[in-house]
Amino acid sequence: MEATLATPAWRANVATIGALMARSKNELVRVPGAAIPGVLAPTIFFLGLNGVFGALTQLNGFTTGSYESFIVPISMLQGAGFTGAAAGVNLARDIELGWLDRLLASPAPRWVLLAGTVLAASARALIPASFVLAIALALGAGWPGIDGLLVTFFMVAAMAAVAACWGSFLALRFKSQSAAPLMQAGMMALILTTTAYAPLALLQGWLQDIASVNPVTDVVEAARQGFVGSVTWADTWPGLLALAGLLAVLGTLALREMRRTGR
Amino acid sequence: MSALATNLRVVRALGMRSIRQTFRRPQLIAPIIVFPTLLLAIQTGGAGGAVELPGFPPVQSFLQFMLAGAMMQSLMLAGNSGGIALAVDIEMGFTDRLFSAPIPRFAIVLGRLAGTAALGLFGALWFLAIGLIFGAEIESGVAGALLAIVLVTASAMAVGGIGAAIALRTGSASVVQGLFPLVLVVLFLSSAFFPQELMIEPAQTIAEYNPLSLIVEGVREPMISGIDAADTLYAVLAILGIVALGLILSARALRHRLRVG
Repeated sequence: MEATLATPAWRANVATIGALMARSKNELVRVPGAAIPGVLAPTIFFLGLNGVFGALTQLNGFTTGSYESFIVPISMLQGAGFTGAAAGVNLARDIELGWLDRLLASPAPRWVLLAGTVLAASARALIPASFVLAIALALGAGWPGIDGLLVTFFMVAAMAAVAACWGSFLALRFKSQSAAPLMQAGMMALILTTTAYAPLALLQGWLQDIASVNPVTDVVEAARQGFVGSVTWADTWPGLLALAGLLAVLGTLALREMRRTGR
Repeated sequence: MSALATNLRVVRALGMRSIRQTFRRPQLIAPIIVFPTLLLAIQTGGAGGAVELPGFPPVQSFLQFMLAGAMMQSLMLAGNSGGIALAVDIEMGFTDRLFSAPIPRFAIVLGRLAGTAALGLFGALWFLAIGLIFGAEIESGVAGALLAIVLVTASAMAVGGIGAAIALRTGSASVVQGLFPLVLVVLFLSSAFFPQELMIEPAQTIAEYNPLSLIVEGVREPMISGIDAADTLYAVLAILGIVALGLILSARALRHRLRVG
C-alpha cells in the first residue's frame, strides 16, 4: 500500500495492519475448526488442573479457598501463549508457501508486517480467554469485578502479543513450521515457571527461585488479583512493566529477523 | 528363510524406520520427551507441597510420586505420535506400496507398534534417569525399575494400537493429531498426577474407573513402596484390555482401508 500525497504514510500503515488483522479474522471465519485446539487446550488444562490439584488450597499459606479462581488466569494466559505461538506457526507456513515474500516485496515497512501479525494474535487471544472464563465462572470461580476483568483481559492480550513476537522470531529464524514445538514449549515454560500452581511461598526450591525472577510472575499476579482479592495499582504496575520489557526485547528480536528476511 | 523370520525382519525394518523418523523430526520427539519433562519439572516444583496433605501416600518426594505420571504422559503421546506418523505414511502413499508388497498386513501395523514400543522404552529410561539424577529413589530396587520399564513399554505398544487403528480408519494425520487434547483429558482423569483419593469430584470418580489409573498404580507402586502382586496384575489386565481393543479396532480399520483403497 503506497503512501502518496493523498494517503499519508501512517494511514497506509494502519490500513496494512488492518488488512493483516482482517486476514487473520478470515481464517477464523472460514476455518472455524482452526480455533478449536487453541480454545480446547487451555480449557482442558483448566478443568484438569482444577480436578487434580484442587486440594492444594488446603495447604497452609494458600491465598484462596477456590482453586478455580486461582488457576483461571493461568489458563487464560496459557490460551494467549498458544494463540501467540500459533501466530508464529502461521507465519512459518506463510514463509514456506511464499506468501511472506510477496508481502516483503510490497512497500509496507517491515515493522508494519510484524505489527499486523502480533496485533491479530492479541485480538484472537480474547476468544480462548473468554471461553475459559465462562467455564470457570460456571464452575464457581469468583467474579473478579469489572476492573479485575479489564486488567485480566489486557494482560491476556498483551501476553499474546509477547508470544506472537516470540513465535514470529522463531518462524523468521528457522523459516519452518518444524519450529512449532519450540514456540509452544517456550511460552509454556515462561507461563508455568511462575506462581501458576501455588503461591510463591509454597513453591519448591528451584521453582521458587525461577518464579522470583521470571517477569511473567508479575503478569500472572496482576491478572489474578481480581479473582483472589481486590485490584490495586501496586499489583498492576509490575505486570505492565514486565509486559513492556518482554515486548521490547522479543519485539526487537522479531523485528531484527523480519528486517534480515529476504536480504 | 522361514515365513516367521521374514515377518520378523519386516517388523524390525519398519520399527527401525519408525524410530529413526521420530528422532530425525524434532516436532515428533518434542511431545514425547520435552513436554512431559517440562510438566514434570513444573508440577513437581509447583505442587510439591501436596505431599503434606492429609491422605497423601507416604513418599520420599513428590518427584518420586510423579515419575509414573510423566512416563504415562510420554507413552500416551508416543502412541499418538505413532498414529500421526502412520497417517502421514498413508497420506503419502507409502502404506499403499507396503500393502502391495508380499508381506502380511499385520506386520505393517506391528512394525509401527514396535517403533512406538521403543519410544515408550526410551521414555521410561529417560524419566527413570531424571528421577535418579534428581534424587528420587526406586524403593523396590532394580527389580522394581525393570517392572516399571516393562509395563511402560507394553503400555506404549497398547496405546499405539489405538492410535494406529484411528490412523488406518481415517488416513488423516490432522485427525490423529487432533486427538492430542483427548490424551490430556484421559491423563488428567486418571491418578497419573495426584492420588485419586485427593482429587476433586467428578475427576475422582472417573479416575477410579479409568484403566490408565490401574497402569499408573502398577508402575508407581514399585517406585514408592514395593512390588505389589495385585497392583501389577491389575496393570497387566488393563494393558491387555487396551491391546485387545487396539487389535479389534486395527483389524476393522485395516479391512475398511483395503476395501475403500
